[in-house]
Amino acid sequence: MQALTDRAVPVDRRPLNFWEKMYLPGIFRGMAITLKHIFRKKATINYPEEKRAFSPVFRGLQILNRDEEGRERCTACGLCAVACPAEAITMEAAERKPGEEHLYREEKYAAKYEINMLRCIFCGFCEEACPKDAIYLTETFAPSSFEREHFIYGKEDLLIPLPGEETKNPQA
Amino acid sequence: MTEKHIQLRQDSLQKETTTLNLGPTHPVTHGVFQNILEMDGERVVGATSTVGYIHRAFEKLAERRPFYQITPLTDRMNYCSSPINNIGWHLTIEKLLGLRVPKRVDYMRVIIMELARISDHLICNSVVGVDSGAYSGFLYLMQYRELIYEIYEEICGSRLTTNIGRIGGFERNFNDKVFSKLDKFLAEYPGVLAEFERLFNRNRIFMERTIGAGPISAERALNYSFTGPNLRAAGVDYDVRVSQPYSSYEEFDLKIPVGKTGDCYDRFLVRNQEMWESMSLIRQALQKMEKEPADIFHADAPAYYLAPKQDVYTKMEALIYHFKIIMGEIDAPVGEVYQAVEGANGELGFYLISDGGRTPYRLHFRRPCFIYYQAYPELVHNALLSDAVICLSSLNLIAGELDA
Ligand code: SF4
Ligand code: SF4
Repeated sequence: MQALTDRAVPVDRRPLNFWEKMYLPGIFRGMAITLKHIFRKKATINYPEEKRAFSPVFRGLQILNRDEEGRERCTACGLCAVACPAEAITMEAAERKPGEEHLYREEKYAAKYEINMLRCIFCGFCEEACPKDAIYLTETFAPSSFEREHFIYGKEDLLIPLPGEETKNPQA
Repeated sequence: MTEKHIQLRQDSLQKETTTLNLGPTHPVTHGVFQNILEMDGERVVGATSTVGYIHRAFEKLAERRPFYQITPLTDRMNYCSSPINNIGWHLTIEKLLGLRVPKRVDYMRVIIMELARISDHLICNSVVGVDSGAYSGFLYLMQYRELIYEIYEEICGSRLTTNIGRIGGFERNFNDKVFSKLDKFLAEYPGVLAEFERLFNRNRIFMERTIGAGPISAERALNYSFTGPNLRAAGVDYDVRVSQPYSSYEEFDLKIPVGKTGDCYDRFLVRNQEMWESMSLIRQALQKMEKEPADIFHADAPAYYLAPKQDVYTKMEALIYHFKIIMGEIDAPVGEVYQAVEGANGELGFYLISDGGRTPYRLHFRRPCFIYYQAYPELVHNALLSDAVICLSSLNLIAGELDA
C-alpha cells in the first residue's frame, strides 16, 4: 500500500520483552491500579434519593406556560405540531368568548391540546417553534405508568397549575 | 470438517456441526443483531450475519420531513456519537444551500465532533476490554463519558440523542460552564487514558487474546470499502478529515495512527491513539477560538437560521422568517450533494438529491457499520468463539447503523 498522506504514524506493536512476558508484572500493575481506585471518591449517585443537577436547558417533559396574570399563553397556532418530527402533538382551537379574558391571553386558544409522550422524542423543536413562549421543556423525565393511555398528556397534565391550585399531573 | 455439513438440515443425522445463534439479544452483541454461527466444537466454520431487527426506514421517513427535522433522525444512527451525525447533516444542507458559516462555528463544531469521537472510541475500547474479561477499565473510562455528556447537555439540553446544532451554526453559544467542563475534561482525561493504556496495552493476557484475532488485510478491507479506524488498523492512512477536509479541519495539525495487520489489537491501539489526537484537536480548536469574536455562534442567514425569540415578538421580518423556517419553506436549490464526515466509526456519508422542494427528493446515509458487518463472516472464519466475540466488539458495530 502506498501512503495517501504524510501524516501516518504506525502504532506501537513491539513484541513483548522478557520482563513483560512473565505475566506477573502485568497482573500486579493491574491490581495496583484497581486497588488505588477502591480508595477514590465514589463516582455514582444513589439515584432516586439523590439527583444530579441538570443544565437549565435540559429537554424533558413539556409544560404549557401561563403569563403573569395566570392566563394561558397558547394561541393554538399549530406551529409546534408542524415542527414536531415525531408528530406527537394534536390540538383543537376555539375562540375566546367575551368574559373569558382572564383565562386566555389571545382571542384564540387551544380547547384541546395533547402530547403523546410515547411518540415524543424530546427534540425540543416545539419549544423553539412556539411564537408565544407557551411551551417549554422541563427537567422532569422518565414518566411511568401501567397504562398506555396515561402517556397521552392532555391540557390538564401539561398546563402549569395556577398558584394555590393543586397539580393534577401525577408526574409533577 | 467440510463445508458440506453447513448446508445440511438441522435434523440431519450426518450433520456434525452445531448451529449457534449469537444474538439478536445476546449480551455480547451490544445491540440488536444476529449472527448464525456454524460451530465445529469451539471453532467457527461458517457465519451468517443478519440485519433488520431495528429497521426504521430513515431515508424514507426523511423524504416526508423538512430538512431541519431530519437531524433528530440522524441522532439514532450511531447513537454513541450522535453529534457527528447531526453536524454531518448540517454540513450537507449547508453545502446544498451554499451557506458559509463563520470560522468560530467551524471550531465549535470541531470541538463537539472530537468529543463525540472520544466518547465513541472510549466505549468501543473499554467494551473490547469487557469482552476479553477485564471489566474495570470500562468503569474508569465510563466516568468520563459522563463528563462529555454533561458538556452536550449544557449546549443542547440532551445527552444521548443530542440533536445538537442547527443549519448554520449552534442553537446557543458555549457558556462558561461548557468551557470549564472542557478544561476539566482536558486536564483529567489524559491521566485516565494513560492509566487505561497501562492496564491494557502491554498486558500479556490482553495481547494474546487480541493479537491475530479477526485480522483483515488492507486489500480485503478496501474491497469491502472499509473506512475509519478499522481501515487504518489494516494500514491504510485514509481519513476524511485529511483527504476531504470539512469544517476547517485543513487548518489543524492531525496525525493518522495506522496499524499493520488489521487485527483486534491494531484496532484497539488505533482507537486509543485517535483519542489522544482528538484531545490535541480540541486544544487547538480552543486556541483558535480565542482569536475569533466570542459572540458568534451561527451564520448570519435569517432565511435559514431562526432569529432570537425577542426579535420574533417585535420584528415583522423575523416573525415571517420564523414561520417560514418552521413550516419548512426554505428555498433549497435543485441539486445533488454528497458530504462525508469522518464519523467515529468511519466515513459517514450523506447523499442528498433535492428537487427544490421543502423535503429531500432522495436521500442515502452511508453507514460505516453496515459495511463492516458484511465482512464479519470472513473475519471470524476459523476463529474460536471467544475471538469471534472480541472481533464483534472491536469492529465497533453499532446496531443503529446496521439497518439500511
Ligand atoms: S419535543 Fe420534539 S418530539 Fe416532543 S413534542 Fe416537541 S417537537 Fe414533538
Ligand atoms: S404551544 Fe405555541 S406553537 Fe404550539 S399552538 Fe400554542 S402558541 Fe402555537
